[in-house]
Amino acid sequence: MPSAAEIEQLLEVVKDPEIPVISIRELGVLREVSVNNGEVEVTITPTYSGCPAMDFMRLEVERTLKQAGIGNFQVKQVLSPAWTTDWINEEGRRKLLEFGIAPPPHSADIRTLKGEAPPIACPQCGSTDTALVSHFGSTACKALYKCNACKEPFDLFKCH
Amino acid sequence: MNQQEALFRFALRMGDNALVLGHRISEWCGHAPALEEDIAQTNIALDLIGQARNYLTYAGEVEGKGRKEDDLAYLRDSREYINALITEQPKGDFAHTIVRSFLWDAFHRPLLNALANSSDERLKGIAEKAVKEVAYHLRHSSEWLIRFGDGTEESHRRAQTALDELWRFTGELFEADEAEQILAKEGVIPPLESLKAEWNATVDRVLAEATLKRPSEGWMASGGKKGVHTEHLSLMLAEMQTLQRSYPGVEW
Repeated sequence: MPSAAEIEQLLEVVKDPEIPVISIRELGVLREVSVNNGEVEVTITPTYSGCPAMDFMRLEVERTLKQAGIGNFQVKQVLSPAWTTDWINEEGRRKLLEFGIAPPPHSADIRTLKGEAPPIACPQCGSTDTALVSHFGSTACKALYKCNACKEPFDLFKCH
Repeated sequence: MNQQEALFRFALRMGDNALVLGHRISEWCGHAPALEEDIAQTNIALDLIGQARNYLTYAGEVEGKGRKEDDLAYLRDSREYINALITEQPKGDFAHTIVRSFLWDAFHRPLLNALANSSDERLKGIAEKAVKEVAYHLRHSSEWLIRFGDGTEESHRRAQTALDELWRFTGELFEADEAEQILAKEGVIPPLESLKAEWNATVDRVLAEATLKRPSEGWMASGGKKGVHTEHLSLMLAEMQTLQRSYPGVEW
């Protein structure tokens, strides 16, 4: 029977289908893996109430476990504590940026608390001369920005 | 009515409100005035429908009769829906949609803020997640309303007309039914009238900036929360439910 840490490693192949470079662990969707008396319990949490990728990620977790010969498992979905973009780890933030998505501002950023928008750097050219086009983007977790320097549009993983 | 029945009814209502409004907003998909707005409205609809799934799943569990989210969404008639009347009104022109969203969002956010501290763990969890989404909804509808009201003569006129027409549906939001009274007494949900001060403050602040006139209180419509609806709901449900009604149990 693999250990909880080994299973977590195994689940590294489960990616967000909308952002296929980032694993559910790096995204903070994978909350916990435990092994009790031979039963594996995987706890996941949705990013957004209506995130359509959630069902897919759950199926991928199940498929990965089965493929590894693990039959006795349960995938549990919890809502509380609510997922926050602060749970995306540094590795995940770096991968988002490389993929062309600006990583989210930290919610504890003092400017965020004061209701001001922290400057967002363009993932293409790095300029902070950027402007919000829409709070809502191609998926529930993204906002649409444009860069005034290189003129490219880009997605921001919005603070949540 | 015992507390479990009250909880069923409340979870069902939260689900109905989110589902019916989410469906109405989704009617803009492919029809919004600009591409970015099309995406924004469908995102908002998706948030609401996701919230509805969480509430309806919970309602089914509390009821304990084996009804799942889909049974509750697709196999009830309008008399069994207990959403507020404002959520079922047709989408109208874009000003109408924005005004309705704004009046609802200004109520929805303080409600979820309070539910995020509910003694009921499940409601608390759903609300904690939803409140962050709804903060974006309120910001979006407020920004549009200000742009319409303080925009051209035409946009101002349309926004004011929508406001005057929809105002009569706002009274019902704060009228607690028996279930809500029981749950408020137990500290599971906030007393609905306690949300009125924040709603008033938001409405007055945004309307002032939008140079729109707050309608006088006047006569208020109600009934939705008891299952007595305007004619619009059954027509909407007919469309929303047609697939499950025609092919019972079909899966995507």
